[in-house]
Amino acid sequence: MNNKIKRILPQLLTILFVVFVFGFFTINAQVNMDNRGIDFGFDFLSQEASFDMQFTLLDYDGQDSYLWAYVVALLNTLLVSFLGIIFCTILGVVIGIARLSQNFLIKNSAAWYVEFFRNIPLLLQIFFWYYAALRALPLPENAQPWFGVTYMTIKGYYIPSMIWENLNVFMSCLIAAIVAIIFIRVYAKKIQEREGKQLPVLYISLALITILPLLSFLIGGVTLDFEMPKLKQLATTSFIFEGGVALPPELIALVLALSLYTSTFVAECVRAGIQGISKGQKEAAASVGLTPNQILKLVIMPQALRIIIPPTTNQYLNLTKNSSLAAAIAYPDLVLVFAGTALMQTGKAIEIVGITMLTYLSISLAIAALMNWYNKRIEIKEK
Amino acid sequence: MFKHLKQLTSLFAMIAVLFAFTTEAMAKKSKTLKNTQKKGFVRCGVSQGLPGFSNADASGNWTGIDVDVCRAVAAAVLGDANKVKFTPLSAKERFTALTSGEIDVLARNTTWTLSRDADIGLTFVGVNFYDGQGFMVRKSSGITSVDQFKNGISACTNIGTTTELNMRDFFNSRGISYEPVAFEKADEVVAAYDAGRCDTYTTDKSGLAAQRTKMKNPDEHIVLPETISKEPLGPVVRQGDAVWEDIVRWSLNTMIEAEEYGITSSNADSMKTSDNPQIKRLVGAEGEMGAAFGLDNEWNLRIIKQVGNYGESYKRNIADTGILPDRGPNQLWTKGGILYVPPAR
Repeated sequence: MNNKIKRILPQLLTILFVVFVFGFFTINAQVNMDNRGIDFGFDFLSQEASFDMQFTLLDYDGQDSYLWAYVVALLNTLLVSFLGIIFCTILGVVIGIARLSQNFLIKNSAAWYVEFFRNIPLLLQIFFWYYAALRALPLPENAQPWFGVTYMTIKGYYIPSMIWENLNVFMSCLIAAIVAIIFIRVYAKKIQEREGKQLPVLYISLALITILPLLSFLIGGVTLDFEMPKLKQLATTSFIFEGGVALPPELIALVLALSLYTSTFVAECVRAGIQGISKGQKEAAASVGLTPNQILKLVIMPQALRIIIPPTTNQYLNLTKNSSLAAAIAYPDLVLVFAGTALMQTGKAIEIVGITMLTYLSISLAIAALMNWYNKRIEIKEK
Repeated sequence: MFKHLKQLTSLFAMIAVLFAFTTEAMAKKSKTLKNTQKKGFVRCGVSQGLPGFSNADASGNWTGIDVDVCRAVAAAVLGDANKVKFTPLSAKERFTALTSGEIDVLARNTTWTLSRDADIGLTFVGVNFYDGQGFMVRKSSGITSVDQFKNGISACTNIGTTTELNMRDFFNSRGISYEPVAFEKADEVVAAYDAGRCDTYTTDKSGLAAQRTKMKNPDEHIVLPETISKEPLGPVVRQGDAVWEDIVRWSLNTMIEAEEYGITSSNADSMKTSDNPQIKRLVGAEGEMGAAFGLDNEWNLRIIKQVGNYGESYKRNIADTGILPDRGPNQLWTKGGILYVPPAR
C-alpha cells in the first residue's frame, strides 16, 4: 500500500503542477487581454483575408478566408520542405559516398563541400542566393534561353507549361503500370524463393512504365502541347515572360540554400552509416562470390540504412523548420503570410502564433512518424 | 517520502503567493503615467528608419515628426524632451509591442483605420501626417501614370501594412493581374525594387519620397502622381488608460495649435504676456490646463519650448531634408490645409 502511494504520488503532483502552471498562464493572459480590450477567438478564420499572395499552388484570391490563406501558405511551406528534402537527400547520398571514394580529388572536394556549406549560417546562405547570386541574373529582355525554351531571369525561372488533353486516360495508364510493376515484383520474389530463378524485374518494369503511357498517346486520344513563355513588354524598359510556368526567384533561392546546407549533414549521416558496417561484412560477402555492386546493394546498404535513417530524420525535421526563414526573402510561406500578414491584419497574436506552432509541431511529428515507420520496416527481423 | 512532500508543499506555497500578488497587481487599472514618471523616460515605438518620420543618425540620435510626438510627451510629463527610450519596430511587431506593454506610445507612421482602432486593443489619438498611397517606377520605363500599368506587373511592398490591402483593391478594381512581392523590412523592399525584381514599388507617398533618397541613383526613379488611398498617420496608445490617451492626444494638439497662434520655440516665453487668452492658455499663463492630466500648468509651454510647434517640426524634419518641401494637406486649416484641432481650453 505504502509502496503504491510512493509510486503514484509524485506523478500525481507532477500532473497537478503542470495543470497549475498552464492554468496560471492562461488566466494571466486572459486577465491582461481583458484589461486591454483584446478579444480571444478564432472567428477571424472565416473572415475575408483581403490580401494577395505572390505564389500559390491552389487557387487563392484575396476574397477567400483567412483559413484558406492558411491552407495555401501551409502548402507553400510543404512544397519548399518537400523539394528541399528530395534534393538534400540526393545530394547528401552522392556527397556522402564520394567522401569514402578512393579517388583523392573526389574525396577531398566532397570534404571541402561539407565543411564549407555546413559552417556558414543558413540565413546568410539564403541571403547570398537571393540577394547576390540571383540578383546577378539578367532582366527578362536580356535573358538568353537555357535548353532553348526556358529563361532564367531576375524575375524568376520561366519554363514551358504542359497542356494536356485526356489527362485522366494518361494518368490511369500510369497507375495501371505502377500496379502491374508491384505485382510483378511480388511474383518475382515468390519465384525466386520457390525455384531460385531471377526474373529481369528492372527491365520488365522499365518496359511497362514506358509502353503503357505511350499506348495512351497512340490509341487513348491523349495529346500533349507545350505553351512556351513569350516575352511581353509592359513599358519601355519593363518586360516579363507570359505563358508557361514561372518559378519565383524566392522559391529557387530558398530551395537551393536549404538543400545545399542540409545535404552536408545528410552526407555525414551516410558516411557514418557506411563506415559503421564492419569491414568483415564486406570481406565475407566477397568471399561468397558477390560482385561489388551486389555487396553494396545486398550487404552493406541494408545494414547501413539502419544507422543512417534516425539521424537523417532529424535533418529532415530541421530542414522543415528552417524553411520558416523564407520570411526573410518574401517567399509566401506559413510564417510570412499567416504569422506575418494575417497576424498584422487581425491582431490575433496569441491565436495565430499558437496555430502556427501547432502546425509546425504536426508537420514534424508526421515526418518523424513516417521515418520511424520506414526505420521499423528495415530493421533486423528476428526469425 | 515525507521529506519530498514537504519540499513540494513549500514550492506550491511559493507559487500560490506569487499568483496572488500578480492577480492583485493586475486587478488595478494600469497607470501608464505613474509608471513613466517612476521610470524617468517615455517608452516610444518608432520605425526602423524612415527619413523624416523616425530615423536614427550615426550617433543614435532620433529625429523625425513621429519622434517629435514622443519628445513632446516626454517634455509634458517629465519636463525633458530627451527623456525618451526609442524602440525600432517592424510593421509586423508594432501593435504587439504596444498591447503587450513593451512601449507606451507608438509613433510609427501608422495608418488610422476602423479595424485597428476597434479590434486590437489600440486607440488612435490623432493624425500628425495626412498621407496617401502611391507608386514609384523607374523613369526609363516611360510610365507616367498608373493608367499605363499592364497585366503581369510585379509590385514590391511591405507585409503587414494597409499598403498590401490597398494594392489589391487598386489592381482588382482595374482588372489588372499583378505579382505582389512582400518583404518584412522596408530596406529589403527597396533593395529588391532597386535591383529590378519589381516594376513598381508601392507604399505611402511620404515613404516613397523618403526611401527614394536611399536608392543607388535617386534620379532614376519617379513617384507617379496618383494617390490610391487615404492614409492618415498618427500616434497610437494602448486601450484602457484614458488619461494617458488624453496626454498624448493633447501633446500633439498643442504643437498644431501653437503653430496656429504663431507660438514658436523661440517666442514661447514672451507669449505669456500676450493679450489673447487662448495664447495664454497654450503657454500655461492662464487656466488650469494640466490638472486634469495630473500635470503641472506649464506642460504645454515645455512642449513648445523644447520641441517646437508642428510647423517647426515639419520644416526641420521633412521640408528642409528635401523629402516633401510642399506641405500639401498637412498645412493649417487657416492656410488651405486640413490640420484642424479642437481648442485647448
